[in-house]
Amino acid sequence: MNKTINQKAWYFVIPVFVLVAFNAAIPLMTVVNYSFQETFGNNVFAWEGTRWFKQILLSERFHASLGRQFAFTFIILLIQIPLGIAIALTMPKKGWGVPVCLILMSMPLLIPWNVVGAMWNIFALPDIGFLGHTLNSVGFDYNFTQQPGDAWFTTILMDVWHWTSLVVLLSYAGLNSIQPAYYQAAEIDGASRWATFRYIELPKMKKVLTLAILLRFMDSFMIYTEPFVLTGGGPGNTTAFLSIDLVKMALGQFDLGPAAAMSLIYFFIVLLVCWIFYNLMMKNEAKS
Amino acid sequence: MAKITLKDLSHSYLEKQNNDSDWVLRDINIDWKDGGAYALLGPSGCGKTTLLNIISGLLKPTKGIVLFDDKDTTSLNPVERDIAQIFQFPVIYDTMSVYDNLAFPLKNRGLSDTEVASKVKEIAEMLELTSTLNNRASGLTADGKQKISLGRGLVRSDVNVIMFDEPLTVIDPHLKWVLRSKLKELHQKINRTMIYVTHDQTEALTFADQVVVMHEGQIVQTGTPVELFEKPKHTFVGHFIGSPGMNILPCEIKNGEINFSGQKIQSHKAIKKTNFSKTQIGIRPEFINFSKDGIPVKIKRVSNTGRHKIVDTECNGGNIKILSNASTQIPSGSAHITFNQKYTYIYGDNWIIE
Repeated sequence: MNKTINQKAWYFVIPVFVLVAFNAAIPLMTVVNYSFQETFGNNVFAWEGTRWFKQILLSERFHASLGRQFAFTFIILLIQIPLGIAIALTMPKKGWGVPVCLILMSMPLLIPWNVVGAMWNIFALPDIGFLGHTLNSVGFDYNFTQQPGDAWFTTILMDVWHWTSLVVLLSYAGLNSIQPAYYQAAEIDGASRWATFRYIELPKMKKVLTLAILLRFMDSFMIYTEPFVLTGGGPGNTTAFLSIDLVKMALGQFDLGPAAAMSLIYFFIVLLVCWIFYNLMMKNEAKS
Repeated sequence: MAKITLKDLSHSYLEKQNNDSDWVLRDINIDWKDGGAYALLGPSGCGKTTLLNIISGLLKPTKGIVLFDDKDTTSLNPVERDIAQIFQFPVIYDTMSVYDNLAFPLKNRGLSDTEVASKVKEIAEMLELTSTLNNRASGLTADGKQKISLGRGLVRSDVNVIMFDEPLTVIDPHLKWVLRSKLKELHQKINRTMIYVTHDQTEALTFADQVVVMHEGQIVQTGTPVELFEKPKHTFVGHFIGSPGMNILPCEIKNGEINFSGQKIQSHKAIKKTNFSKTQIGIRPEFINFSKDGIPVKIKRVSNTGRHKIVDTECNGGNIKILSNASTQIPSGSAHITFNQKYTYIYGDNWIIE
């Protein structure tokens, strides 16, 4: 085929270029700009080199919030992925139950994040909230506003409630794409229920599960609104995850330089973890 | 090792059945003799796969029973029935090696490692998979995968029946031929009942001793390839088997006399019963000769296939195809033809009148 050379076609790319510049490249470059300088307001800047980066990387506060962030993400992945798969496995494959289940599952995903935070805040209040009151009345000493353990428990429960559905829907789609012949062959081969899951369902769900884990990792690693509304990072700093800490630094203390450096480090961590994870999951795929 | 009997079997995928078309299978009665090589032949959608899944126990029939050696197995699952089944499209366990794939059905049945190893080795050699045994199964081509599927079915040699559901669809023509001969060879060696589902008559006729022809959920004829060719019991068998298929043309029967295209025709037997809504005459293109007198026809087209000539003709009763030797002189324009009486059959409402 002969390719027509027409450089004017590049003009068609301009709208996308402008759009990406305004919503990604320019804001990101501003952050880069801040991260190397000290600002005193009124557009006065002083060059600081890598000082902010060193400061953040060595600060105990950053280490603590990064540790909390990893712990939180790890725990919710550990709960949501197996739970999501388990729910997807028990969902009906046909009949009236399918739309009912799908709608029920989609509901939490449709609620705005700050509403989820507010809902759970009220729901978990120890004196008037249904959850908090019930827990206290059956003898638990539960108060998420004052006890770090309870705050973590509530935050994790909220996230599981809000996001497990995503894993369920993705797994369900993955399960439904498996040809019936696979189950029939497994039945003929005398495979147990566990073997059918292990050798048919799980391998066939690999791609959607990779997607689910990546999405849940990114979302939970950048979580802000829900814990901000629920606990505000408290009690103390016990639920101050990276983004909550970052906002405190940038807007609360107006330390724009360190905050910018922290944003970039934060961004690179997300990128790095996703890259490593994706490559690990897809390692065998490339071979075959 | 068992004789398999299907008794008054009907199946429908619907909860409620209002008319015949709601049934996928209707009134199936058949014995599969122990050690036989059967082909289940019919067009797509005639119920072959459903019938197979009922024999294997993947499906419970709506009506009727399945007997293995006169023991009712209708409610048993595939493992309890001890059968093997191979599907149309390759089913492999992606994360396992070729070896583990072949060993899987044996391990699930608790065989010892040495037994598993020797059986897998044997079947891998037969299917020429030995060199790839340690590879991951997901990396193979479509035929390689289908060979694994076949292997998983064949590795358990002690089963009651091995069923093949159009297993060679995805395999290229040359390998198809090789694998089919291997299956035939294997059948002679292990002497198990094999049921081979296909819509390809060549495949059916070369594999099987007995061919079961299905049409719209019913078994229309069971017989050797020769019987199906020489004496089709149903017009469907006539035109489905043979290339070109049987000529089936409307005719009239009065007082035991067959009238076709204004001529009196003799069939292989005298006709007594005549209360049919539709009567047809059936004659294979192979059994029609050109002659001095007989049915006048107009010759429309002659196609030469090398060994034969296929002649398309037209007469008052309809279009007739004739198959003659390549050396035969074909008259041009108009001609007369006669039917070989021995192979001329009369069908009443599509079933042979005898």
